[in-house]
Amino acid sequence: MSASQPPIDSPEIRRLTPVLAPGHTYSSVTDKISAIVLTRPISLGWLIGFVLAFSVFGVLNIAIGWLITKGVGIWGINIPIGWGFAIVNFVWWIGIGHAGTLISAILFLLNQKWRTSINRFAEAMTLFAVACAGIFPLIHTGRPWYAFWMFPYPSVMGIWPQFRSPLIWDVFAVSTYGTVSLLFWFVGLIPDLATLRDRSTTKLKQIIYGMLALGWRGSARHWHRYQSAYLLLAGLATPLVLSVHTVVSFDFSVAIVPGWHTTIFPPYFVAGAIYSGFAMVITIAIPLRKAYGLEDFITMRHLDNMAKVMLATGLIVAYGYFFEFFMSLYSGNKFDVFLVHQRLHGPYSPFYYALILCNILIPQLLWFQSIRNNVIVLFLMSIVVNVGMWLERFVIVVISLTRDFMPSAWGRYSPTVWDWATFIGTMGMFVMLIFLFVRVLPAISIAEMRELVAETSEEHK
Amino acid sequence: MIQHRSHIYGVIGEFESPEQLVHAAAKIREEGYRYYECYTPFPLEGLPEAMGMRRNMVPLITLIGGLVGGLGGFGFQYWVNVISYPMNIAGRPLNSWPAFIPVTFELTILCASLSAVFGMLALNGLPQPHHPIFNAPRFSHASSDRFFVCIQARDKKFHLEATARFLQGLSAHHVSEVQDD
Repeated sequence: MSASQPPIDSPEIRRLTPVLAPGHTYSSVTDKISAIVLTRPISLGWLIGFVLAFSVFGVLNIAIGWLITKGVGIWGINIPIGWGFAIVNFVWWIGIGHAGTLISAILFLLNQKWRTSINRFAEAMTLFAVACAGIFPLIHTGRPWYAFWMFPYPSVMGIWPQFRSPLIWDVFAVSTYGTVSLLFWFVGLIPDLATLRDRSTTKLKQIIYGMLALGWRGSARHWHRYQSAYLLLAGLATPLVLSVHTVVSFDFSVAIVPGWHTTIFPPYFVAGAIYSGFAMVITIAIPLRKAYGLEDFITMRHLDNMAKVMLATGLIVAYGYFFEFFMSLYSGNKFDVFLVHQRLHGPYSPFYYALILCNILIPQLLWFQSIRNNVIVLFLMSIVVNVGMWLERFVIVVISLTRDFMPSAWGRYSPTVWDWATFIGTMGMFVMLIFLFVRVLPAISIAEMRELVAETSEEHK
Repeated sequence: MIQHRSHIYGVIGEFESPEQLVHAAAKIREEGYRYYECYTPFPLEGLPEAMGMRRNMVPLITLIGGLVGGLGGFGFQYWVNVISYPMNIAGRPLNSWPAFIPVTFELTILCASLSAVFGMLALNGLPQPHHPIFNAPRFSHASSDRFFVCIQARDKKFHLEATARFLQGLSAHHVSEVQDD
């Protein structure tokens, strides 16, 4: 593939790098994308990947089973570090989800055509990431079977959830986010499910895809309402995605713990979420296009644009780190100053330096076009950013909780094998779901690709 | 002819390009047909106008959903904290409205989104697993690479042969009747 790319040092040619390789027709995009689901046999690579991911998912089930049997004491959490891995991983996963909504909703409103071939799997990634994120606060409650107490329902006790608490805001934000992401994804899928229904060759597939397609027949009146609904959903999802990580940041910033109680948290959390989310989209897109020969649809232009978004949001995050640091010193508040000292010289300082390295220093390489156009380096870079964003949440949760106001209340935190098993287990679940998704649903929106074909053919006339 | 009619849903014609279909849709309307429908693999620009469609109800339903969610969400929190279970904590106001905004906001978005999606589906009459149009032999192309128009038998101007000839005159391919069931 890289041999057929235009020379990278020519800005004119690069400007013309298309979002869809030339020569495609309505039937060729339909055939190529639906074939991945309908006719392509299961490859050995897919099978090995799926079995591995499924095994790791098994580890998650064992870890949760043991947790429910023994209680949260099997984790490394203690007093004062009551949050630990569960909340670090929750914030990390929910942040990853944000890129999917950003691509599908915000770039849709901004009429960015390059979003078309990446929005479907980015939305799928959002859903799976939210599913992974949702597990953590649920099991962190210790008695997940009482989780329904967080929803307002008329109980015989006559009491209600505390609506003034950020933790309840979180319940509403995350469950709304999960629901709206699912709706958005499903509405986008309906026309493609109809395509799969019409192209399925076996009765079983016809019935399953037929049921899921709800009887979609592409009627012009239906499309008219469909487009209104899709545009409205995009408009609604845009403020929603910004609100979700804002509410997550309130979990921290409403508390008076040093390092948490700061007004920069909401924008800096949202930027960080988009940063890590785009990193994860790149992590998924690069192997996906390679494995399924989708280089015509997910072109270098997409990777280049995503790398630029990553660079831009990374700079916002860097600004956030700098001002967090500056405001702590400038405030003169001795607890805040002490926290900065702890980050730089305390027992967890290696994590802080690693965070600066992964999130600020290494991503500066993205300024170079040759780096953005090198698929392997870009892939490695996206992994580095994923690690860096996880470290950010670790630094925020652990350093602040281990060193608060009174030396007598200080503590140390180290995760146990069960913490790691749960965390790595959710990664297995995520990868497993992605593997299943690319086999049973079109990973690229076929209907939108046909629109792109129509638009590009008009441009050539 | 008349006894035939009850078994016929309409006459379908097929086009290869979006422009041809948009053109044909406008012509069919000019000809005086009212009950006809176009089927396309993706939404076509200009087709709603060519078919004489006006604004649809989805935005209004969404607005109502959002208002119900927002007002209901805030109202519920007010009722819980001020009426149902008031708790005086250090003399702070019971109606501490800024703290109710996040949940109000989320419920606004949630109800508006649910209304948009279910409103769209309800107005479209979906889910509807079967429809006579699926009896058309080449209709599976409507979800991939062909553009169809079907003039329905219930239209006052409908006449099997004349309507079929009219569609052929618009350079439609594979003009055929669609059985009703």
